[in-house]
Amino acid sequence: MNALVTMAAEVPENPLIPPIPELVIGLIAFFIVFGILAKKLLPNINKVLDERRKLIEGRMEEAESLQAEAQQVLADYRAQLADARHEAARLRQEAQEQGATLIAEMRTEGQRQREEIIAAGHAQIEADRKAAAQALRRDVGTLAVELSGKIVGESLEDVSRQSRTVDRFLDELEAGATKAEAGR
Amino acid sequence: MSAETMLAFETDCHIFSGCGFDAPGLHNFVFRPLFTINGFEFNKPMLLALLSTVVVVGFFWAAFGKAKVVPGKLQMIGEAGYDFVRRGLVYDALGKREGDKYVPFMVSLFFFVWIMNLWSIIPVAAFPVTSVIAFPVGLAAIVYILWVYLTFKKHGFVGALKNITGYDKSLGWVLPLIVVIEFLSNMIIRPFTHAVRLFANMFAGHLLILMFTIASWYLLNGVGVVYAGASFLMTLAMTAFELFIQAVQAYVFVLLACNYVQGALAEHH
Repeated sequence: MNALVTMAAEVPENPLIPPIPELVIGLIAFFIVFGILAKKLLPNINKVLDERRKLIEGRMEEAESLQAEAQQVLADYRAQLADARHEAARLRQEAQEQGATLIAEMRTEGQRQREEIIAAGHAQIEADRKAAAQALRRDVGTLAVELSGKIVGESLEDVSRQSRTVDRFLDELEAGATKAEAGR
Repeated sequence: MSAETMLAFETDCHIFSGCGFDAPGLHNFVFRPLFTINGFEFNKPMLLALLSTVVVVGFFWAAFGKAKVVPGKLQMIGEAGYDFVRRGLVYDALGKREGDKYVPFMVSLFFFVWIMNLWSIIPVAAFPVTSVIAFPVGLAAIVYILWVYLTFKKHGFVGALKNITGYDKSLGWVLPLIVVIEFLSNMIIRPFTHAVRLFANMFAGHLLILMFTIASWYLLNGVGVVYAGASFLMTLAMTAFELFIQAVQAYVFVLLACNYVQGALAEHH
């Protein structure tokens, strides 16, 4: 109780009047905090926060550029694919055209060759026929003369007569053949 | 036994024993010096104020001393506190461009005030430093000086006077009244209330906790045990409430500081 009485005696009249030593100590205490935080610690953390922000921004930029690159590659690839398809279609078209041309050429060539062959065959046949006809004419003449000589027993010395007779005979033969052919 | 080490339960004074209740009062806010150097008396609030410096600087040193881009737990907590003051208070009132300059001051102010308040509910310390008027006055004075300096720097002598007195010709005949009121309000009442708001809240809070603590002990006799229990529960409730009030008062103190700075930088209207 004694202590409390002495204390009460020390109580200042007004608690709103600041004691100077406390004021000084308070200011010193605050300025130490302020000084260290403002000069060292907060710049420290601000630097780190800035770095972090830049890092994040950098990462985002990187990601964006990567994405852009990927899209570019995709676009290129698609363009190439489209080109390739186009090229393939063109080649196919060309090949078809070439094939058609080739076929047409081959056809005309074949036609031509066939006609040649046919013409050659005709010519051959004609020549053979003529040769055969000549040979026949000669042989028939000889055979006919021999035969008629044998039959008649007389020699036909007169060549011209002989020849005329043969010719006449042959002409008759030929006329008969032509008539038969026309009648066919 | 010296007063500052004398605790409530060291007396044998209880109810129903013919002993009066030793109500807490102003004497609980006066401490005998812990030691004296050349007439300078070093007492408990001073010690706690310096310990606040140690705690705040220590914490931020541990958190930001070797700050990393990928933060550790402590750094994350520090960043959260830093960001709370920076964005929640400074940028909000002043904007990012204007406010950046004042961030270190406001951050220091907030955490210093908060820790000084917080001693109230720390065992052994058990005293809010800001309930000694000298500490809030010192801090409010810094804000006041900053405000006056910024007002005159920003607006020049005449502009600053206009800003401080709320001078506006369109007010007509009430102008003289406004000028007097505004001048008193800005130059005298505002810094006073700035300091006293913090002081009175902490003072009252400490008084309440003391009151219920002492009563819990005093009532501990016979049927008084029931009252003592109720009083003890109130002590716990008030302690929890104080934890909240301490943060709120630190917040309000810095919020007002930001507003004053903002007012100094704003164009007068």
